[in-house]
Amino acid sequence: MSTTIEQNKGFGATLWDYLTTVDHKKIAVLYLIGGGFFFILGGLEAMAIRIQLIKPANDFVSAGFYNEILTMHGTTMIFLAAMPLIFALMNAVIPLQIGARDVAFPFLNSLGFWLFLFGGILLNASWFLGGAPDAGWTAYAPLSTTSPGHGVDFYVLGLQISGAGTLIAGINFLVTIINMRAPGMTYMRMPLFTWTTFVVSALILFAFPALTVGLFLLMFDRLFGSGFFDASMGGNSVIWEHLFWIFGHPEVYILILPAFGIFSEVLPTFSKKRLFGYTAMVFATVLIGFLGFMVWAHHMFTVGLGPAANSIFAIATMAIAVPTGIKIFNWLFTMWGGSIRINTAMLWALGFIPSFTIGGMTGVMVAAAPADYQYHDSYFIVAHFHYVIVGGVVFGIFAGLHYWWPKMFGKILDETLGKITFWTFFTGFHLTFFIQHFLGLMGMPRRYWTYGADQGLELGNVISTVGAFLMAIGAIVFLYNVIITTIKGDKVSGDPWDGRTLEWSIPNPTPHYNFTQIPLVRGLDPLWIEKTEGRKGMTPAEPIGDIHMPNPSILPFVMSLGLFIAGFGAIYQIDNPIWLVVLIIGMGITFGAMFIRSVKDDHGHHIHKEDLDKGAGL
Amino acid sequence: MVENTNSTNTNLEYKRAKRKEEMKQQVVTFALMIVFTIIAFTMVTADLDKLFVIPILLVLAIVQVGFQLYYFMHMSHKGHEMPSLMFYGGVSVAFLTILTMLVLVWW
Repeated sequence: MSTTIEQNKGFGATLWDYLTTVDHKKIAVLYLIGGGFFFILGGLEAMAIRIQLIKPANDFVSAGFYNEILTMHGTTMIFLAAMPLIFALMNAVIPLQIGARDVAFPFLNSLGFWLFLFGGILLNASWFLGGAPDAGWTAYAPLSTTSPGHGVDFYVLGLQISGAGTLIAGINFLVTIINMRAPGMTYMRMPLFTWTTFVVSALILFAFPALTVGLFLLMFDRLFGSGFFDASMGGNSVIWEHLFWIFGHPEVYILILPAFGIFSEVLPTFSKKRLFGYTAMVFATVLIGFLGFMVWAHHMFTVGLGPAANSIFAIATMAIAVPTGIKIFNWLFTMWGGSIRINTAMLWALGFIPSFTIGGMTGVMVAAAPADYQYHDSYFIVAHFHYVIVGGVVFGIFAGLHYWWPKMFGKILDETLGKITFWTFFTGFHLTFFIQHFLGLMGMPRRYWTYGADQGLELGNVISTVGAFLMAIGAIVFLYNVIITTIKGDKVSGDPWDGRTLEWSIPNPTPHYNFTQIPLVRGLDPLWIEKTEGRKGMTPAEPIGDIHMPNPSILPFVMSLGLFIAGFGAIYQIDNPIWLVVLIIGMGITFGAMFIRSVKDDHGHHIHKEDLDKGAGL
Repeated sequence: MVENTNSTNTNLEYKRAKRKEEMKQQVVTFALMIVFTIIAFTMVTADLDKLFVIPILLVLAIVQVGFQLYYFMHMSHKGHEMPSLMFYGGVSVAFLTILTMLVLVWW
């Protein structure tokens, strides 16, 4: 079976390999590249926003274009950058961390990625086709239903397609974590990153259908003449706000919980202590997930829900500070008395704790419904959610990338460059957003494309823009770091950090099948247990045998391409019914690929045990 | 050997008894479901007050779904903890959504 041994391949063969791959490690790389690309795009949009606001009455961009940039910055960063980067880390780590050879549905894993990518491309194609969506990332009706042009149509169809990908990925991780844990790994022995992924997948499963329904209603209102959100036709625009936030609030927990999981891996490893209060951490994670569904209306205090509803949602929102506080204290106690090594991953974790706590504190402030009437739609809110999303999620992604880079690519990212990235980005972040709290309190409204000269807002905005440039420098240094490490970095062992969890028991590079023998898990931090008992690696739970692996397939790519084409048909059929042909062709491609998938038996392949020591699948 | 066969026999008898019990439950629930359906149809055709009929119809529907899940789709058996957790999680989110629409949007 020498064919399974990977050789030096040409560009075309590598490209084909990645287009058809169902291997979770390669899909992680695809998510990383896709999410990274959109992160840069969203970052450029952010820079344009900050340059526009550097001085009063600036005309760097026009008012209409500013609306498009602002909408696309939010939409891109949440759906196309943060989510896929989180999925990149989940895909790279979860199967290794639970002792599995792949995810439960490798084909669906690939489909989830391609749906996300084509959805994202469809959304961004709007830049070149008459203007991007301009109704804010929340797309409130009736602004979104009456927005002229096709911008919001691209928003609806693009998010619908990439949202389906996210839903698929969530279900996949749920099944993987429930069914594919190695022998001995009970729920209460799962590493915290696995736990947070598990809870997040459940949140995705329950929250995304609300977005799907909302987007469908919006699509019917815009493209097929219905009136769900049109008061003059008996509809109600508040329905959109509820549906959007029933999805949207769990969504922010979908983003932050994996980051919590990453820090809960990084801090014990570099403090050489087991995680303090593991049980409490699990409990807090589940509780945050649970409460996350009962607080969405705190985005809508000023809508006029009435004092009873506002009070309920205000109290529920404040309650979330309790489990989050438990987590913050547990991280601090994990470090207390530990033998701490401060490297880049640890720096991001250390920077996260105070930054996120500030975001949490302003969160409790805006949760107080009467006070929220003052904060609402001001830069105070902008500052608050950037503190939790950048200070929490982006810091978490950076920590996770530095921590797991040797597992994903076999090399450690350069430490000096990593520290330069951290300090420029960290300083820039606080410069950009801390001052925005005060700009908001001074009355600067969010989403406006300019402000007057005599309002005392100049200095704050200049500071904010300078900070944004520092963040950009940090991001560029990180990119440079990735390139220089890929070219010059040295290969490291499979366990460069003296790790505690299963993924560090695997040699570098990780074999195609992850584990030659599935390991036996004897407690929390399984590798650490074996190390303390003087063993070199994990005790296997099975004899060496044939390994069953899934076959690669191009069908996920074709299915997603079909929906991408159909998306254009759906958007333009309102101008000219001839576009219905494109819609039908696109759906035909998708259904054809689904038909082939259904009728063609694909049982995967076996790597025979005789070939394992010859290096098959490495 | 003798003991073994004995234990297999008891096991078999136990299983048979259990299956019989289950069959009985299924027949009973099936009969109940038919009765519920008849009640529902008669109530609608009898032109009773809507405010009286609709809540009863909803209760009957929920009970029928429960019968379906627990007696015909075997959710009462062991090993369904995770599916029921997910199921009730989904139901509660859906319930909250409907409740919101009723009391915050339309009422």
